[in-house]
Amino acid sequence: MQYQSQSVAKLYFTAAIGLFVGQILFGVILGLQYVMGDFLFPEIPFNVARMVHTNLLIVWLLFGFMGAAYYLVPEEAERELESPLLAKLMFWIFLVAGALTILGYLLVPYSGLAKLTGNALLPTMGREFLEQPTITKIGIVIVALAFLYNIGMTILKGRKTAISLVLLIGLVGLAVLFLFAFYNPHNLVRDKFYWWWVVHLWVEGVWELILGAILAFVLIKTTGVDREVIEKWLYIIIAMALITGIIGTGHHFYWIGTPEYWQWWGSIFSALEPIPFFMMTLFAFNMVNRRRREHPNKAAVLWALGTGVMAFLGAGVWGFLHTLAPVNFYTHGSQITAAHGHMAFYGAYVMIVLTMISYAMPLMRGRKAANSMKQQVLEMWSFWLMTISMVFITLFLTAAGILQVYLQRMGDAPMDFMMVQDKIALFYWLREIAGIIFLIGLIVYVASFFIGQDEPEATLEAKG
Amino acid sequence: MSQTFTKAMARNIFYGGTVFFALLFLALTYDTETALPDRDNRQNLTETVIHGKRLWEENNCVGCHSLLGEGAYFAPELGNVYTRFGNSTEAIKGFIKYRPADGVPGRRSMPQFNFTDEELTALAEFLKYVSEIDAAGWPPNIKG
Repeated sequence: MQYQSQSVAKLYFTAAIGLFVGQILFGVILGLQYVMGDFLFPEIPFNVARMVHTNLLIVWLLFGFMGAAYYLVPEEAERELESPLLAKLMFWIFLVAGALTILGYLLVPYSGLAKLTGNALLPTMGREFLEQPTITKIGIVIVALAFLYNIGMTILKGRKTAISLVLLIGLVGLAVLFLFAFYNPHNLVRDKFYWWWVVHLWVEGVWELILGAILAFVLIKTTGVDREVIEKWLYIIIAMALITGIIGTGHHFYWIGTPEYWQWWGSIFSALEPIPFFMMTLFAFNMVNRRRREHPNKAAVLWALGTGVMAFLGAGVWGFLHTLAPVNFYTHGSQITAAHGHMAFYGAYVMIVLTMISYAMPLMRGRKAANSMKQQVLEMWSFWLMTISMVFITLFLTAAGILQVYLQRMGDAPMDFMMVQDKIALFYWLREIAGIIFLIGLIVYVASFFIGQDEPEATLEAKG
Repeated sequence: MSQTFTKAMARNIFYGGTVFFALLFLALTYDTETALPDRDNRQNLTETVIHGKRLWEENNCVGCHSLLGEGAYFAPELGNVYTRFGNSTEAIKGFIKYRPADGVPGRRSMPQFNFTDEELTALAEFLKYVSEIDAAGWPPNIKG
């Protein structure tokens, strides 16, 4: 760690991991509710558990992105953060607001929460992923502005690298597009149309810039490959991400009442959307193969390589699987969507945040370059446990989805939704088992911060 | 990628491509807005329907159901529930009204929301309005 103020990232990463554990616990509850319909009913109905699961995901990834920015920007800009105090203050405001929102979901009926927080004054609640009370949404904007000020000033006053500029563009895009969360027209078609301006243009747009910048940073640090080469790759990858991703929004507009030409625009551009992810995989492997030095933090390199591969599979391949309009006509809103969502989020965003944590946390906890071998072995076990179980979660949900589509929408005698759900319960059980193994992987991950901590730092063995 | 392809060229592709496709997206958005009045059933957006949409949101119905394919996939699609229930708002109201308060043992169950008659009407009218949006023939069949 070269700059004192980078250490604020530790707070953000710690909270991110804590919320990640919460997210997965609720994921396991949800999985069980699929097969034991009355589990925790009516205390924690499915919709409440799902809001907690998805909102925790968004919030912990945001904590991760912010932590990553606070860590990497001073090093890129070659100066201390503009205001470490502001960063700490915003951390506590965001954490308390986030916790209160989650408690609100759990303790008060949702309609009560809406009334309590004055949703009638500016109705924004009750739309998928944007369930936060309006007051929380305003809080998010304030935190984001303070964060952008802090990061922006640090970059402007210091060395400007491609990595920090791309990160900044991504973060500004994230904040600006979130403003569409406040737009909720009565007209359902327009509501849905602009809702995607947050949801799609986040995860298939500006978030990819953040992902690319973090990946490029970690690869520079761990491989020692020339910055010029890495930044050139970064620009091409994010260029492809936005060139395909912006019009790719069209694949969400097929069946919500918009003109039918979106089926063409959406199909063609989303067929291209795997390209940036494929390039990301090539990029990561290429840079590691061309490395100029061995880095003792093997775990971080593993996460970086894993991000490329899993993002390509989850976001690229599983996305492409059902974004062509004639296919999507049958798969839209089925378990296929859930399968894609799980692997895409894990591969792209969960893994990049864990990559950054894996690289930066040892340094912030007083190591020179890496954790002890014992810690790294545990961390790599958690990598494989979580990644492989996520592959199986995706495969089981895909199987459930294919069967669902066939039984409910394609066969000679289409069945009722609930009847189909009974028929595919086996795959939900298998998914639940895979989910529990994921949770075990996550426990191993958390353990890697403690077990073997007092052992000496891993060093490179001399190569024979 | 030899020296002929420089970082500056890559950067220009990023900025140029992004601006071009963002403008194209805005142009398509404008065109969509002009085409929507014929498709989005806005002539039937009555006060009752708007109230129904608010109730839909403030009770987080989308946390279990999907509507035009978006939402959770835990409970049935409701974009066509009006037609599935025989073009009857009364059937929709009856279904919501008589949900068991303590659920159904071992099975998924919709909660009892204790809506007033007026609220039930608003929700049913909202779902009727949704069913009349021109969603390009989706869902594929009556089962949603």
